[in-house]
Amino acid sequence: MRLIAENLGGERGGEAVFSGINFALEKGQALIVTGPNGAGKSTLLRVIAGLLPVAAGRLLIEGGGEDFPSVASACHYLGHQNAMKTALSVAENLRFWRDFSGADFLSAEEALETVGLDGIGHLPFGYLSTGQRRRAAIAKLLVSRRPLWLLDEPTAGLDKASEERFARLMTEHCGEGGIIIAATHLPLGLEGAKALVMGEAV
Amino acid sequence: MLALFLRDIRLSIRAGGGALTGVIFFLAVIATIPFGVGPDLNLLARIGPAILWIGALLACLLGLDRLFQADREDGSLDLLVLGNDRQMLALTVLTKCLAHWAGSVLPLVIAAPLLGLFMNMEPIGIGATALTLLVGTPAITFIGAAGAAVAVALPRGGLLISVLVLPLTIPVLIFGVSASYGAVANPDPFLQPFLILAALTLFLAVLGPVAAALALRHGTD
Repeated sequence: MRLIAENLGGERGGEAVFSGINFALEKGQALIVTGPNGAGKSTLLRVIAGLLPVAAGRLLIEGGGEDFPSVASACHYLGHQNAMKTALSVAENLRFWRDFSGADFLSAEEALETVGLDGIGHLPFGYLSTGQRRRAAIAKLLVSRRPLWLLDEPTAGLDKASEERFARLMTEHCGEGGIIIAATHLPLGLEGAKALVMGEAV
Repeated sequence: MLALFLRDIRLSIRAGGGALTGVIFFLAVIATIPFGVGPDLNLLARIGPAILWIGALLACLLGLDRLFQADREDGSLDLLVLGNDRQMLALTVLTKCLAHWAGSVLPLVIAAPLLGLFMNMEPIGIGATALTLLVGTPAITFIGAAGAAVAVALPRGGLLISVLVLPLTIPVLIFGVSASYGAVANPDPFLQPFLILAALTLFLAVLGPVAAALALRHGTD
């Protein structure tokens, strides 16, 4: 699987946020997007996911086969919000996303154990702290299989140990042939990742 | 899809779900009418079906703004839209509508016969009104979904949705009320307006979710 962006441009509310972004990612590669606030990192991720239209250039995915014909179907999008319901328990939330997303991978309990949240699956999501919520949202990446992870500030609110655990998860994902695009201000501990600095060349 | 339906049902009955808000509003409207109109039992019986329908219509509109807004606020809506290739967005919307109907509108239909007693309606009239509500209220939810999808990005979209949706629900109201009257007033037919009401619901079950899906796809920012 390959993800290619050629001269990609994005806009919000009719105003160009970024333009001329080029990258090509093979399977197993990661791209770390950095840049100052307002440089268009989140917009780039939303354009890649297909939540915002491509304003210029083109974006294509190759070799996805029948399972992943488009970027939207191949990606996990982890945005600023965790996309979990505060009134439901953590396990219920995860089970819902597992059933809804299809392509089952880990069970809700296994995914929680992987992010170090075992034993709290029965608690309402609203009871968790910021870092725990983020970890539960990361567990959401593990309950269904997607080759492409689009991560927007994935480690915001995480403690040191969780950051390291998450770095291991990302390395594993790349090792299995996945692709990661992450927008971040903090070092993610991903070795051999490509870097894209936004807001300077434009 | 079943997972989404169950999730939305659970959310509507748990704390802060607002499943009861509509019923209480419905009760408040119907309970005040006899005080306002006065103790004329014949008059109450005559306007009963219409009042029940209007009350149910307004109570339906009450919770509509949360249909997509709650999902938008916590980021779930993005993922629901992204799932388009696996679960067609229009079907996702249809499922959410059905869950919303079962969670917030079905209680209104169940409460309607009780409130019909307040209006001194005959048993057959009560039955007919409850039946037309059962068949007709999904149509209101389907139209409302389109309105809710258009107004999803607006923080105070509730009133806008009502204004957008109300004119479109008028045919549903007209046929619902005329079928209810048809059951009690003898020369009027019951079956014809009832079948048109059912047709409206089926028609809007297709049109509403498709329109809402289109609005949601272009409304993400």
